[in-house]
Amino acid sequence: MLLNIKNLHVSIDGKEIIKGLNLGVNKGEVHAIMGPNGTGKSTLAAAITGREGYEITEGEIWFKGKNIVDLSPEERANEGIFLSFQYPVEIPGVSMTNFMRTAINAQREYRGEPAMPAGEFLKLMEEKKKLVEIHSKLTNRSVNEGFSGGEKKKNEIFQMALLEPTLAILDETDSGLDIDALRVVAKGVNQLRADNNAFVVITHYQRLLEYIVPDFVHVMYDGKIVKSGGKNLALELEEKGYEWLKQQELA
Amino acid sequence: MQQQLPLDSMLKEQYDTHREELIARDIPTVTNLRDKAFAAFQKSGFPDSSQEKWRNTSIEDLWEDTFEHQIGIMKSDRNVEELFRCEVHNFDTEIVSLLNGWHVKNDGDMRTLPDGVIMGSIQAAMKVYPALFEKHFCQICDENPNGFVSINTAMMQDGVFIYVPDGVVAEKTIQIIKMIDRKEQVFVQTRNLIVLGKNSQLSLMHCDDSINQQSSLVNTVTEIFLDENASLELYKLQNLNDQSGLVNSTFVRQMASSNLKTNTLTFNCGLIRNNITVNLDGAGAHADVLGLYLMDKQQHIDNQIQINHNVAHCTSNELFKGILDDEASAVFNGYIYVARDAQKTNAYQNNNNILLKPTATINTMPFLEIYADDVKCSHGATIGQLDQEAMFYLRSRGIAADNARLLLMYAFAADIINHISIEPLRQRIDDMVKKRLRGELSVCDKCILHCGAPEKQYHFDIDLSKL
Repeated sequence: MLLNIKNLHVSIDGKEIIKGLNLGVNKGEVHAIMGPNGTGKSTLAAAITGREGYEITEGEIWFKGKNIVDLSPEERANEGIFLSFQYPVEIPGVSMTNFMRTAINAQREYRGEPAMPAGEFLKLMEEKKKLVEIHSKLTNRSVNEGFSGGEKKKNEIFQMALLEPTLAILDETDSGLDIDALRVVAKGVNQLRADNNAFVVITHYQRLLEYIVPDFVHVMYDGKIVKSGGKNLALELEEKGYEWLKQQELA
Repeated sequence: MQQQLPLDSMLKEQYDTHREELIARDIPTVTNLRDKAFAAFQKSGFPDSSQEKWRNTSIEDLWEDTFEHQIGIMKSDRNVEELFRCEVHNFDTEIVSLLNGWHVKNDGDMRTLPDGVIMGSIQAAMKVYPALFEKHFCQICDENPNGFVSINTAMMQDGVFIYVPDGVVAEKTIQIIKMIDRKEQVFVQTRNLIVLGKNSQLSLMHCDDSINQQSSLVNTVTEIFLDENASLELYKLQNLNDQSGLVNSTFVRQMASSNLKTNTLTFNCGLIRNNITVNLDGAGAHADVLGLYLMDKQQHIDNQIQINHNVAHCTSNELFKGILDDEASAVFNGYIYVARDAQKTNAYQNNNNILLKPTATINTMPFLEIYADDVKCSHGATIGQLDQEAMFYLRSRGIAADNARLLLMYAFAADIINHISIEPLRQRIDDMVKKRLRGELSVCDKCILHCGAPEKQYHFDIDLSKL
């Protein structure tokens, strides 16, 4: 199993947000995690990627046969985990080129590979830009600075394409996207889907799942996965809303 | 024996005993100004931290050392040509070298460069261009100057004079390199006068360096006049040792449609005080006053910027950014004055700081004094740590925490560096900032612009082995 989360409990400032979550993801699979706001979906993404302030009080996160809860965010990234941010951060003064080149070379160094030559890197950038239909020159642009909402999300997928992670977590990638941008983003993701990688798609709405068709759908409620199923579960949720689950949970 | 006296007493005594020597090469106006300034200094002495404008800089610390001050030239044992060798490739400058406050070789002779720029020492200038000299000397600095300015006027002995006649566009950047190299602790003064005629253009670099670890105190006063539609770019590079004190007072008067762009880049110094006063005296004048300071250990920097909008339709833009580590401290005092009739003024002021440790301190004080009613003035100041969101973003891509921090600090500083419009200089400063942030830059053997290996295209590849 690529990712195996066992009985995960996560607290922020002493308040428990995730309360015993289990999730298993194999290579080649796309898992969707749905659920109402405030149930801990983004907290799960933060806990997997090692964000500070998210305290794992109990449980384990196994990735490629290693419990990663004590690894730093950069070590997890270098192991092959990628997070597409819900709110990508603007970093004035750091150019996209320097950012990605530094990241790629950090990951290569982690794997004991030599740094990528400049020419090869620029070629790779051009190639991956096409994948997400980025037309502008990124070379001199600062990371996400002045990017529109759609451009920022495209930029996340672009980075994912460059870094080629084994596990990509897309946190509300559809939020704030118009239908055209959504289609571009989804197309990018679909092209990157392969037998040797996996995706966890966190979304509030079913809309994105029309384009990125999941193998499994999980519903989170109050810090736990309360229901899992195939892609049809998403449709069912769209139709019935989350209320019936809450009722079920309370019963 | 003289060295045993505190600096102010010693200077007073020297003025009395060596006055004849000091005024020997003066024109009468200058002698009068010296006497007047000396009287003012006798009254005021050096400023102290009981005064509002010096409140956060304990200038008194300087007086713990005793300094030597000499009437007449102070020599260095070293090979002068070796000291001032310039190796910045693709950057052909006209170099003026001052060693221990004195022109080196014949650098002080009055001369006309091929592009028409006239330059020489301040003593030569008062003889050769008395009318021009009298018109501006001591006319741009404050009416009631502080003790540092007064004593500079009273006892100045050497300094740089540059005159760019009407319509002349200087082709080469002029680079003033000032170095201190003495075995004793010395007090050194320099007095500069820069006059730009109508429609003229000049870019000027002013480098302050020390080349050993001996302490020194440098007191520089620069007066700058920009006539109508003149344009000046002024870059100040400050890289002195931790024992050094530098008090740098720059006074600018700008006439109509003139343009000033100044960038003060401070990399290292024990204690630095930069006073920059800009008088916008003609409609359409514009001043960009920028600065960057990267301080650590127990270094202290105090930037006092005053922009006087004396007439209508002028614009100014102040931006100072600083990164402070260890127990370094900084003061920023940005003062914008808008006179009663200075309508349609547009003035912007900002000071941003990153404190890397809780022991570092910054006192930032924006101050606006506005008497006109149709003006746009804004100010802002930020003090913070590195953006934690950005840190996580970078780390989540595999970039190690130390490198992520370095990238963010560099990005913060790059905002100022990118305003440098002379490309080879921008690249060199960029390189220096990176070195400084990695802790690799120190006081070099030579001028900071000489420190590098042969110029090469520089990519920002973080070298992990260096961290």
